[in-house]
Amino acid sequence: MATNDHLRIRDLSVGFKTFQHFEPVLDVWELHIEHGEAYGLVGESGAGKTVLALAILGLLRQPPARVTAAELTLEGEPLLAKSARELRELRGRRISMIFQDPMSALDPAFNVGNQLTEVIHQREGLDKSEAGARALELMRLVELPDPEMMLNKYPHQLSGGQRQRVIIALALACGAQLLIADEPTRNLDVTVQASVLKTIYKLRQELGVSLLFIANNLSLVSTMCDRVGILSKGRIVETGLVRDVVRTPLHPYTLDLLHAVPRREERLGDENQKVFAEVDSTISRCGHYARCDARGPACEGQDVLPLTFVSATHGVACPQVTASLAVYPAAASPTEAREELPTTPAGTGGGD
Amino acid sequence: MADSLLEMTDVKIYFPVRRAIFRRPTQFVKAVDGVTLALEVGDALGLVGESGSGKTTLVNGVTMLERLTSGSIAFQGRELKGLSKREQKHMRRSMQIVFQDPFWSLNPRWLVRDIVGEPARVHDRVRGDKYQNAVVEALEMVGMSRHDLFKYPHEFSGGMRQRIAIARALILRPRLVVLDEPTSAIDVLSQHQILLMLQDLKERLGLTFILVSHDLSVVGYLATKIAVMYCGQVVEYGVTGEVLGQPLHPYTEALLSSVPEIEDEGVDALGSLPGSVASAMDPPSGCRFHPRCEKAMEICTQKEPPKVERDGGHHAYCWLLKPEGNPRHCRAETEKTVGQG
Repeated sequence: MATNDHLRIRDLSVGFKTFQHFEPVLDVWELHIEHGEAYGLVGESGAGKTVLALAILGLLRQPPARVTAAELTLEGEPLLAKSARELRELRGRRISMIFQDPMSALDPAFNVGNQLTEVIHQREGLDKSEAGARALELMRLVELPDPEMMLNKYPHQLSGGQRQRVIIALALACGAQLLIADEPTRNLDVTVQASVLKTIYKLRQELGVSLLFIANNLSLVSTMCDRVGILSKGRIVETGLVRDVVRTPLHPYTLDLLHAVPRREERLGDENQKVFAEVDSTISRCGHYARCDARGPACEGQDVLPLTFVSATHGVACPQVTASLAVYPAAASPTEAREELPTTPAGTGGGD
Repeated sequence: MADSLLEMTDVKIYFPVRRAIFRRPTQFVKAVDGVTLALEVGDALGLVGESGSGKTTLVNGVTMLERLTSGSIAFQGRELKGLSKREQKHMRRSMQIVFQDPFWSLNPRWLVRDIVGEPARVHDRVRGDKYQNAVVEALEMVGMSRHDLFKYPHEFSGGMRQRIAIARALILRPRLVVLDEPTSAIDVLSQHQILLMLQDLKERLGLTFILVSHDLSVVGYLATKIAVMYCGQVVEYGVTGEVLGQPLHPYTEALLSSVPEIEDEGVDALGSLPGSVASAMDPPSGCRFHPRCEKAMEICTQKEPPKVERDGGHHAYCWLLKPEGNPRHCRAETEKTVGQG
């Protein structure tokens, strides 16, 4: 399976040096995206989603950041060993990013056509008129209405959804095969969000690009992605096929996230506000410890909580949950180099 | 419960478009064009629509931040138009706003104490200990504490900032709180917490809410009644369960189907609504929604749609609902049609 992986990450850790100390923010043990696959990364703000994207792109300045990984490869090529120049060549051509806020990702002083043709002219070496034609083609691809007119418009003349489409066109301009979309529909109306999501989905199928889709809302990921990883305080606490994670969520944090998604035809029940007890969160390595209802003595300690697989793809990093589950045979799980897991007598897998 | 708190009658808010300085305005942006709504004490009215549909302008009219072009708004039985500055200030005590983005609505150079306490300082002229106690009390209502008094907004996450903004709105014990997209800038977990907290506060303090949002599922959580706005007009109004359960207007249906559901797999389940809200300067003839409506008929482009009422005050403005207007709905239903005033 390693050969088909577009992006592979193993033991990636990212931290930032501050004046006082070194602050670790991300510790991803295993993540891979296959060719043509859409992987969703879900977590609250501050979980490290964007930092992960920036680390993959090599956009974190070191120092203050420090990025280490046992493996961080794009189609088998290690990314960390590359020089700044090589990375610059890579970005846009092979891996590209759709940023969260289209207004700050576009230059307000140049019209959209300028910004697009500039990129194509510089990177692809096409002359201005060829680049212009390619820009027009891209504008059609992202389904912008009246593309000829659009090229002459400035970012402030466009609506939020149109700006986001221009950003998508920019990301695709040099033929990148891996797209990182960092909350591409934040601040958009629901109707516009729906149509932008449809466009991204369509592009994925037409161009066969792989997608790393970052969101804070599980329902977005469930419509867009094949597999999902739940990120909490810099660690992936649950991963699996979207279907499995949504239907049989295992980690208490995933349950909270699912519960928080507002649903049609459902009103707030009689549930009370969760009162967070004053808990010393430093006694556990689990990011969810202080807010967890299911916490117990097994959560404590400074050992890294490993992902335990309940099926070939569905893994969870919670000792409370794994204690009550049938654990998938360790040898068949995606990565061999795993620590010994606390195996329990076979029960019913899949959770409630 | 049946006490009327707020009554809007045929509210119109137009903005003049001047082609040159000193030139008389020839055109108007009809941001709000004839809205009639009533709120009772304890209601939570959800105002829903895309950006550009006039939701925020309407609530700005309610809170006297925008002058009405015509129509009237009465709050607690008193007409808001023609109030003196002094009376306006007095009136504003009872109606407070929480703005959309807590990253912009809180002054980064002020301490939390001063941000939350400002309304009390302005309206009640309290100082010293009394002032600080009032602030602490407001903070405690939103789940914060006196430890947060001397911090700056940048020390807080989005959800906590929105709590600060809510505390500021509550310190004067208003009767009406306008929440303008209170959760659109924060993530789902904090959103859930904030919505639960608002629900709790509403019951405890006997508040009345106007909740503005583009997301029907968020509004459905909190609102008791929903008004769907399109291009400056209310196109559907009713009790939350009815509007979400049996939407009458195609626009409401489109809004509902655009919300991604957790059970959805693939984007095909998502509804789509092409284009954007029609220009409020030159609205389309007939039904304003007809250029984007899948089910538009001949008559929709010509005549303004009639008001069609169902049980419990649930009504919508759409030709499809009128038996003679729509071949598909040609059933002898017990519905009463009232021509639009």
